[in-house]
Order: sequence, then C-alpha cells, then structure tokens
Amino acid sequence: MTAVVAGSRRKRTPAQQARHIIGRILLYALVASGAVIFSMPFLWMLSTSVTPKEWVGAVPMRWIPPRIVISNYWTPWSNFPFLLFYRNTIFITFVNVIGVLLSASLVAFGFARIRFVGRDVIFLTTLATMMLPGQVTLIPQYLLWSRLHAINTYWPLIAPQLLASSAYDIFLLRQFYMTINTELDDAARIDGCGWFGIYRRILLPLIAPAIGVLAIINFSYNWNDFFGPLIYLNDPNKFTVALGLRLFQVGRSAGGGGMLDVRMPQIMAMTIESMIPVLITFFLAQRYFVQGIVITGVKG
Amino acid sequence: MAETPAQVERIAGPITTRRRLALSPRARDNIAGYLFISPWLINMVFLISLAMLTSLAISFYDTDFITTFEPVGLRNYAQLIHDPLFYKSLVNTAYYTFGMVPLGIAFAIAIALLLNQKVAWLGVWRTIYYLPSIVSGVAVSILWMYLLNPRFGLINQGLALLGIQGPKWIYSEDWAIPSFILMGIWAAGGNMLLYLAGLQGIPTELYEAARIDGAGSWPCFWHITLPMLSPTIFFNLIMSIIGAWQVFTQSYVMTGGGPNNATLTMVLYLFRKAFQQFHFGYASALAWALFAIVMVFTLLVFRSSDVWVFYAGEVRK
Repeated sequence: MTAVVAGSRRKRTPAQQARHIIGRILLYALVASGAVIFSMPFLWMLSTSVTPKEWVGAVPMRWIPPRIVISNYWTPWSNFPFLLFYRNTIFITFVNVIGVLLSASLVAFGFARIRFVGRDVIFLTTLATMMLPGQVTLIPQYLLWSRLHAINTYWPLIAPQLLASSAYDIFLLRQFYMTINTELDDAARIDGCGWFGIYRRILLPLIAPAIGVLAIINFSYNWNDFFGPLIYLNDPNKFTVALGLRLFQVGRSAGGGGMLDVRMPQIMAMTIESMIPVLITFFLAQRYFVQGIVITGVKG
Repeated sequence: MAETPAQVERIAGPITTRRRLALSPRARDNIAGYLFISPWLINMVFLISLAMLTSLAISFYDTDFITTFEPVGLRNYAQLIHDPLFYKSLVNTAYYTFGMVPLGIAFAIAIALLLNQKVAWLGVWRTIYYLPSIVSGVAVSILWMYLLNPRFGLINQGLALLGIQGPKWIYSEDWAIPSFILMGIWAAGGNMLLYLAGLQGIPTELYEAARIDGAGSWPCFWHITLPMLSPTIFFNLIMSIIGAWQVFTQSYVMTGGGPNNATLTMVLYLFRKAFQQFHFGYASALAWALFAIVMVFTLLVFRSSDVWVFYAGEVRK
C-alpha cells in the first residue's frame, strides 16, 4: 500500500526514493513468495504423479523423482472406466451450462427490461432463495424424482438447470442488462422488434462478457459437482468424473484414505486429468472472465 | 432491421397482429414478462416453494417413504435437541464457519491489496492466486488428503524444514477442522477477484486528498479502503456464511466425519440420516434447523450492515 498511495508523480528526495525502492522489493518478495506457496500443491501433485512406486512417500521428498513414470497418466484408463465417466460428465456439463445460461438470460431479461405486475416482489423472492440451503428442498426433490422413477438418470441433475435454477446467475445477468441503455430497446421496437427480438438481437450480444463469466462458473460448478451425483446416481455406469475419481481413490487403497498407498502417483495423475477441462476453459476465457467480474462487480 | 413484411410475418406470426390490436401495451408487457420469467417461476413454485412446504410436512413424520409413514408431531425436533451427534455437528460446523469466513475474507482482501499495487505481470499473479478456487470438489479433497499426510505430506515436510513438528492434521481431533480451514484459505483467491474489482473502483482523489491532510497508509486503509470495500465485503460475507454452513465434500471424502466425529458437519449428518439410514423425517428436521441457523446469521449481518456498510454517494444519517 505504501507504494501506491505515495504516488509516483511528485519528485522525491533521495531518502524517499530509497524507501520507495525498498517498498517495491518487499512488495514483489511478498507477491512472489505467496504465489510460490499457492502453487506448491499443484507442483507437488505434478511431481507425485510421475513418481515411481518405490519412491512413493519418501521423506524427504524429491521434487524431481529419480525416474519419471508418465504411464501413470494412461494405465488406469485401461482397468477403470474413466472414459465412460468423462463421457457422462461432458454430457451433463454441456447440457447444463447451455440450459442454465439460456434460461437464466431469458429470466434476467424479463426482470431487467419488462415492467409487469408483481415483478419486484418476485425478484426479491428470487434473491431470498439464495439464502436457502439446498438441503431444505433436497428430500422432497429426491422423493419427487424417485416417484418419477428418475433415480439413476440424469434428469434430477439436468431439469433444475433448464429451469434457471441459479438465482445468482439471474441476479448477475440482470445487473448486467441494467447497465445497457433502454434507448436501444426503443430503437429496436420502432424497427419492429418484439420483446423476444430485443432480447435475442440487441441485448444478448451485448451481455456476451457476462455470459462468458457465467459459462466458466457454471462449467466448473457442474464439472466439480459431487453432492448432486452422489445423491441421484448409484449405478457406476452413470457415474460422473467426480464420483469415479472418488471410487478410484477409495478403490483397493489399503489403510484407508490418505495413508501410504503405492497407487498414489496414479491417483494424482487421474486427479490432475480431472482438473484439466476446467483449467482449459479458464485459460481460454480468462480475459472475458476478469473483464466480466470487473464490470458486474458485486453491488449489494 | 431491413426485413420485408413477409419476413416479419414469418418471425412474428400472422396471428399476433390481430392479438396486438386487442390487448393494451400494458397487458402485453404483463404476458411477455411472465413468459420470460416462466422457467424460473416454475422452478420457484414447484422445486422450491412446494418442496419447502413438503419438507416441513415431512419433518413432522417418521418415514422412510417405503414401509413407515407415521405422524410424530414435533418429536423429530425434540429428538434433535437431545441428540449429542447433532450438537457435535453443530459445533463442528460453527467452528469451521467462524474460522473459515473471516480468514477467507481477510486473505482475499490481503491478496487483492497486494495485487492492486501496480505490480508487473498482474495477469500471471492473478491467475496463480485464482487457480486453486476453480478446481474445487473431490479433486481438491483428494489432493489435500495427501498434502496433509502427517508423515510424507507436503505440509509437514515443509514444516520440518523449519524445524517444526507438524500436527496429525485430518487424523487428529484437534486439527481436523483447522485442516479444512487451511484448504479453504488456499482457495481464497476466488473472492480476491471481487475485491480487486472493488479496489479498482475507488477514486484515487480520495487517497490524494488524504495524503495532503497528512494521513499515513494505515489511516488511509482504515478510513478509505475498507469503507469503500464494505459493500463488496457485505455481499461476500453473506455468501460465505451460507456456503460455510453447508460444508460437506471435505468431510465426506477426506475424513468420513472422523476422527471420532471431529469433522461430522451438519450436512454430512443430514446425508447420513437421510440417504444411509433413511430417516427422512429426522433429516428434514435437521435441514430446517440448518436453515434457521443460516437465516439467523444472514439477518444479523443484514441488521448490522447499517453500522458498517458504506455506500458511496449515500448521505450518512
């Protein structure tokens, strides 16, 4: 803080100059060491994933193992149905991200642009649902899906998303729509657009950055979701990557959980692979992402 | 829009032209508005409101939905009050929440403050601090299970380098919840982006004026930065509290609620009651207890916000 607040425009005495330089050095030292600490778990995971069996759990560890075993990244695929888990997860994630963005952008448009009876009350109720822990509605929803014989199908995971199930998304998109001048709506109306035309042709393209942000958030949410699949799926053929990874990790592991396990490198390799799709989307859309967060901000 | 009448008709349909004459613009907006929000409305009415009522009703029954369906009045709630495991889960979850929420926010603000100092390679640093938060869930839980291994885990090996004998982390009753908090701090970068955006929105004139009045960095932080960030903190605080009370994946994957129920959280207990022991009535009562707790804390934050949340442009009474 010292550095910025001091401002760089004024002329400094040599003493101030020295203090400024020391301040910068300290700042970079802090930022860099923090970054090293934050990335260590990733580096450790990477290093462990290529460690040969006989070096698992060595103390002190070697960041670069004496022999590098890359095959950990593919051997588990041949005796564990990871391919199936990935196919399932990609399907659910794809449908859900598109479904929730489509429905939430429509709903948010309604709240932001159209004046209708009861709008404000319904919108406030919508915000209030953000405070509702999902567990309160979980059991009746489970009951509903089991009555519909939909346990072990993807319907319980997909249907709510198609119905704009995220109040947070609706709220964020509405904030975004509100920043766009309503004169655009009027101009479009004169050109003969109805509400849907205004939504699709004028506003939807303008809120693309916000859609980009929510696409990453929803992608990573759906990809990582554990609770939903855990409740609704119990046939391993329907499992998602999150469930499959857990199954693989528990597997034949002796001594329970995180105790010394020669399969640790394989487990770490599979864990890394499960993170890759989320990381790729993040890097691809990163600019959108930061921009979108900055624009939407979050104002209470 | 350069459309021929034929195209317009194809898009809008011929019937609507007659309809439009019959309905006033206000009526049309009402219909359009409800059509636009209809997906969410269906969700809110059926999957949320109706489900809440059903959940409340179920909490007055002793039921597994197959063989038993017996009305028991308030017995589930009475049982809850005398259930030592419920208390244990309540205490554990509260411990986690009160540790995680303030530390998570403090770390997010601290990182944002660091990165807001006109550092070079901002994009790189931002990504490094942000990454841990997007890979949440099972993968992170599995990773940390090994990182926190008392013997060969990264954390204790690192501590050993500093000459510190690390604790047994998730295998110790005293350290299991702090382990989860440590994991949470690793992911604190997620909220850092919000604060970074908030910081960038603070007008620099405020700092310059304060400088001229002779204010140092600490008073500047205390009297300008924090008040200007308070709306962001307010929102973040509420969302974090709600999220923290629902902690589940870590304890399910890493410890299974152990050792000796030291990480039995409310949602894990609910999960066991409902989906492993099939006491759906009892689990519903538990869900309502959780809801009540979340409500109380959210309202407390809302109530207190007059005192500490500052909106620029608003005149203080």
